[in-house]
Formats: sequence, C-alpha cells, structure tokens
Amino acid sequence: MKLNPKQYDQMVKKASPPSPVLKDCLWAFFVGGGICLMGEALRNFYLMWYDKELAGTLTSITLVFLSAVTTMLGWYQKLAAHAGAGTLVPITGFANSVVSPAIEFKAEGWVTGVGSKIFNIAGPVIAFGTLASWVWGLLYWAMGKF
Amino acid sequence: MNYLWAFLVGGGICVVGQLLIDYTKLSPARVLTGYVVTGVVLSAVGWYKPLAELAGAGASVPLLGFGHLLAQGVMKAVDEMGLPGIFTGGICAAAGGITASLVFALLAALLGKSKDQS
Repeated sequence: MKLNPKQYDQMVKKASPPSPVLKDCLWAFFVGGGICLMGEALRNFYLMWYDKELAGTLTSITLVFLSAVTTMLGWYQKLAAHAGAGTLVPITGFANSVVSPAIEFKAEGWVTGVGSKIFNIAGPVIAFGTLASWVWGLLYWAMGKF
Repeated sequence: MNYLWAFLVGGGICVVGQLLIDYTKLSPARVLTGYVVTGVVLSAVGWYKPLAELAGAGASVPLLGFGHLLAQGVMKAVDEMGLPGIFTGGICAAAGGITASLVFALLAALLGKSKDQS
C-alpha cells in the first residue's frame, strides 16, 4: 500500500504509546510544586527571626544543601528521571547541576576536572543572568537620569 | 493560603519548563539559562514582584526567581551608589545561592565517590 507522509505520521501516532506529555507534566507539577512548598515552609520558619531578604537567602541555602546531600546519595537523580522539569527548574535543580559533575569528574582532577565541570550548566546560567541584570541596571540608571 | 499559592505557582512554573523540554527539545542548560534571563526581564517590567508577594517561595525557588533576585539586587545597588551599582548589585543579591552551590559541590566531591550512573 502507498502512503503519503501525513498518513504515515498518523499511523506512527496510533502505534506509539499514549502521549507521555501529560504524565510528564503531572510529575513536574507535583514534584516542582512540592519543592516550592518545602521552600515556603522553610521561608516561614526563617521569617520568625529574620527579615524577608535574609529569610529568602537562607531558604535558598537550605534547599541547595538538601539538594547536595540527596545528589550525593543518588536520590535526586532517581527523582529527576520521573519529575523532569519539576526537579530541574527549582534552585535544587541548579544545585544538582553543580554538585553532580563535581562528584563525577573527581577522577579528572580538582582543577581541570571538578573545578571547571561544576560550571557546565551553572556557567551559562550565571553568565547570561549577570549580563541581563547588568543591562537592566544600566537602563534603570539611565531612566533615573531623565 | 500562602502555602497553596506557593504549591500552585511553583508547580505551574515547572509545568511550563516541562512543556518546553517535551515540545522544543531544549537542553536543561538552555531551559535554566532561559528561565534566569526571563526572570530578569519579568522583574524589570514589574510583573514578577506581585507574583513573588502572592506565592512566596513558589515564585522565588524556581530559577525565574533567581533572575528576579538579580534584577532587584541591581536596582537596589544603583539606588545606593549610582552607576557602579550595575557591576555589583546582581551577583551580590544572588551570592547566597551561588556560593552555597559551589561550596557544597566541592564538599560533596571531597566526600562522595563517583559511581556508575546506571
């Protein structure tokens, strides 16, 4: 039988398992939401003693610490296999992207292995984030002049 | 109530990231970089602050919040010291998360053994 590409696409769709997108999104929603919920609990805890800014910083540091520990134990990666963006997008995912290569590349030495590989993902994030904030700072400063 | 919003907003932001990964095949590094830059922009136009006030950690824990932190930090520094502030404000505000990540990563490398990823 002859098929045009469109028909073929439809056949592929029929034969392949049901779209994983919905399942992915549910995982991402509940795990990502759960991590933020934990963050909110930590933030309220720190707010008992500190102001908003410091409470936020301490929340980040605590989440990063928890991420480092669970990454070291190999748990974070296991959760990430299901949760996808739910474990990637929170700051714990950023921390995981730093801690994971640190452990993995130890064999290649502390400077060229660990020291440089920890910036694999954090490097671009910090670089472009910093550039964006610099540009915004310049604009904000210029806006104040007029 | 705050907790509910933290969960819903935080979860929602992660779902957007998941859709980006599933439909555009963006790599994790690109998603995270995009989130931080977007966070700076959303904060600069003034949209992120109301969300952060509503959802607390639901807005500050995802990497969009990291961008928000950079943008708010640079504004504060410019208010305090003028133009030089554009070089210090951003990273200064985000220093806690960055330093914690680096220090804990190095400690983890010291203590942890690299094992099979299988």
